[in-house]
Amino acid sequence: MLDMTEPGSSRSSRSRRRISVVGVLGELLLTAGVLVLAFLGWELWLQDILVGGQLHTAAVQQSKEWDKKAATTPVGSNVIPVSTAPGNAQRFANLIVPRWNVPGQPDYYRPIAQGVGTVDVLDKYNLGHYPTTQMPGQVGNFAIAAHRSAYGGNLHLIHQLHVGDHIFVETQDGWYQYSFRNLQYVQPTGVGVIDPVPEVPGAQPSDRMITLTSCNPFYSTAERIVAYGMFDKFYPRDASKPGGGAPAEILKTVEGGHS
Amino acid sequence: MYAALWRVLPGPWWLRVIILVVALAALLTVLVLWVFPWVQTFVAPQDVTVQKN
Repeated sequence: MLDMTEPGSSRSSRSRRRISVVGVLGELLLTAGVLVLAFLGWELWLQDILVGGQLHTAAVQQSKEWDKKAATTPVGSNVIPVSTAPGNAQRFANLIVPRWNVPGQPDYYRPIAQGVGTVDVLDKYNLGHYPTTQMPGQVGNFAIAAHRSAYGGNLHLIHQLHVGDHIFVETQDGWYQYSFRNLQYVQPTGVGVIDPVPEVPGAQPSDRMITLTSCNPFYSTAERIVAYGMFDKFYPRDASKPGGGAPAEILKTVEGGHS
Repeated sequence: MYAALWRVLPGPWWLRVIILVVALAALLTVLVLWVFPWVQTFVAPQDVTVQKN
């Protein structure tokens, strides 16, 4: 025979558990534990993916704005232009490293700002340019620093560079192509790595170099990891060409592509 | 605490589940956008530059 009891009646007849102090305390502690795990997941993983996407968008927009200006101020093809240093914390360039593209995420394309202040530059998700070092394309050393993880983790994959990998610095004028040469590990006080001729204080530079510094090992500040690159070539920005005249290797990246 | 929350919520079980999922998503959004970045400023800053002491 069909059971004609109302659906809700079985619940109302069930005895309700009393809320106990220990029970609530236990649930609060479990909640706190879950929140701490959520924070760690965000801090060490999710944050850098979210920030990486934002930085990619900012870099693509900046490049398009530079394209608009390029039509009126073209740069000679045989000159390697050197722009003057901007004010502190101002973004003036983008870094493009094809080796650091991660499948399923926007291509590696991130802004460089002037200065290496922790609070005003690096914690604002920028790569920072050591203000005492040279500008892109200038004879000497263009040295930049960024977080290895968290705050965007802009140099997270610095240890994965292969000899000869291209490192591109994009400015309003165009693209400076450097080739990765070697890694070095130093103490946090190893300021020689950002000299115009690295580790040779006072020497007169004849090459154009790029130096990237970050912390090492992961999640520690005990050492610094340093990557050097040597200048190859300059590609001037030309609004009449696709992608503003960006090199073929990074054309898709500059136009906002994903891997 | 959570059992009491479940009893307070209105509607059949599937509506309660939907309400809880939406509330959880809203909580996570607030955490990621505002709370976690604020907490991060209290974690010791990671120094990544080379500099003289």
